[in-house]
Amino acid sequence: MTDGVATTAGLSPAGRAWRALRANRAGSVAGTVLLVLYALAALAPFLAPYDEGDMDRLRFFHPPTPVHAGGWVEVTRPAAGAVNAYEAVPGARAPLRWFVKGAPWKLLGLVPSDRHLFGVDAPARVYLFGADAMGRDVFSRLLYGAQVSLTVGLVGILISFTLGLLLGGVAGYLGGWVDTLVMRSAEVFLSIPALYLIVALRAAFPAHLSSRQVYVAIVVVLAFVGWASLARVIRGMVLSIRRAEYVLAAEALGMSRARVLVRHILPNTASFVIVAATVAVPGYILGEVFLSFLGMGVQEPAASWGNMLGAARSVSVLRDHPWLLFAPGAAIFVTVMTFHVFGDALRDALDPRQESGGRP
Amino acid sequence: MRTFVLRRMLEAIPVLLGVSALTFLLLQLAPGDFLDAFAENPSVSAAQLDQMSRNFGLDRPWAVQYALYVKNVLLHLDFGQSFSYHQPVFRVLWHGMGNTLLLAIAGACVTWGLALPLGLLAAARRGTWVDRVLSIGSFALLSLPEVLSGLLLLLFAFRTGWFPIGGMHDLDHDRMAFVPRVFDTLRHLVLPALVVGLVPLAARMRQMRSSVLDVLRLDWVTTARAKGLSERDVLVRHVLPNALNPLITLFGFTLGSLLSGAFVAEAVFAWPGLGSLTLEAIQRQDQYLVLGAVLMASAMLVAGNLVADLLLAFADPRVRHD
Repeated sequence: MTDGVATTAGLSPAGRAWRALRANRAGSVAGTVLLVLYALAALAPFLAPYDEGDMDRLRFFHPPTPVHAGGWVEVTRPAAGAVNAYEAVPGARAPLRWFVKGAPWKLLGLVPSDRHLFGVDAPARVYLFGADAMGRDVFSRLLYGAQVSLTVGLVGILISFTLGLLLGGVAGYLGGWVDTLVMRSAEVFLSIPALYLIVALRAAFPAHLSSRQVYVAIVVVLAFVGWASLARVIRGMVLSIRRAEYVLAAEALGMSRARVLVRHILPNTASFVIVAATVAVPGYILGEVFLSFLGMGVQEPAASWGNMLGAARSVSVLRDHPWLLFAPGAAIFVTVMTFHVFGDALRDALDPRQESGGRP
Repeated sequence: MRTFVLRRMLEAIPVLLGVSALTFLLLQLAPGDFLDAFAENPSVSAAQLDQMSRNFGLDRPWAVQYALYVKNVLLHLDFGQSFSYHQPVFRVLWHGMGNTLLLAIAGACVTWGLALPLGLLAAARRGTWVDRVLSIGSFALLSLPEVLSGLLLLLFAFRTGWFPIGGMHDLDHDRMAFVPRVFDTLRHLVLPALVVGLVPLAARMRQMRSSVLDVLRLDWVTTARAKGLSERDVLVRHVLPNALNPLITLFGFTLGSLLSGAFVAEAVFAWPGLGSLTLEAIQRQDQYLVLGAVLMASAMLVAGNLVADLLLAFADPRVRHD
């Protein structure tokens, strides 16, 4: 630690935190994995061999097709006399081809293309992680689903934490009836167990929405869930900061109260807020997963990790087609774990005073 | 002590009023109502619809509906009628609450029953492979959300056949004698309780570990060792009781996550609790049932926090005399 102080003396607080984060091996790895995950989501239409809604009526519940050395997959056909069972066509190989033409897509909604990283010639299909009940490629749906599942929590947390920061800040700084009003409302929100609140909030929206509307609805729902606990903590911090000399000085210089709050008080809560937000991300992602799992979130044919998991609920699927559970399950597990590791490292880098305790 | 409890209970009333107002508002924002299903049914005439709408009070402005609801709850403890069950809401919810409480308590037993000994073990063997394995294991559990652990345990139950795959009773439960009946319920309880208990386990174990480490640093531990006590006696008789103290506060904080965890477990294992009832009521737009269910869940959370405060006051006299 003493060495660290000497070498980081000339750096800004952000620069010092960046260096501390880089020095933390687990944190660096987790950060890289997160970047890769989001890159995969952004490039989903290119990396996915098929569109998320691309069905194959001859291949319901097709098991994963292993890629053999030399880059080919077996060509399969429905097995005679059995339902949802497939057998390899003897001697037939479908070589993997790179940068093949397929369904048209647009990179980030802008750059049009019809190339996909890999694929096989029809009528054979490559199912890296198997196919679902409609013969859709689970691997492709996982990538498309990441676009929803990985972003909805981030947007939700952005709104919810802004709300909590401002409301908590105003309550702590102004005091009086504003404080009472905000804190009483926060108490009401905190008194409803989180998932009950989530489904009750979701119930305020129509049951059937377009996939774009659902996205907005989930963001709004998640935004309302987390603000209260943050507002409570921020209020406490602001109560102690507002007596600091530099705040009194700013006030004595005639600065408006809004300016004092935004420019001088709230920035002092920044490192806490950033760490709290990172630690809270998995909870928000799981909020979407749970809603979609129950069928109240993202609707078929659009993919999300939650509704893919929901499709694995039935006993017959678990028994005969377990890849439908393992693929989205592994994606969720890796994402949540990575955010936890990254959050811990960030906490050590930004705010060493906070004790690491995991989920509250 | 009595005034402390009384004050806390009085404070809970405005909070629960706020919860009911918020839930009511959300339900009013939702388009349509319970009668939509009947409106599509050709055998139900418009006059009948009007009649039902009047019976359920759905034709009045929502402020009037809410005022009536609050009046009935406060004066008569009447939480309204469930539209779909044709029964008082409280009677519908009563069993669900009991089942959810059972599940949450079982989950808490899993969490604390594992967290305390494992945390103690990790602290006693600090820096060894035992500590490291426990730390990695708890991290993995922390990253295994309830939806996922639920489905994995469902798969496990299915593959092994050791546990039932859902529900709360076997079909012939009612014909069993008392002891097999309890055993039957317990067998159904094991997997959902694991789902509820495993997620908070990681955090509790870490806290137990650091609490034990704090105590181990104290001088009297050295004294105890110096006078020749075995390490086992030092840990179990002296360190453990002192390390438990700071964890008592956490006991109450876990209740919220237990109730949310129970919600997921109920959904995955078809456990007939408050969460399952809430979902069903929302799907049917059974207004007063949703309202009652959210209110009951909140009341359980508030009551749990009160119990936590009482435990704290019991353990720490400074709180009592505040």
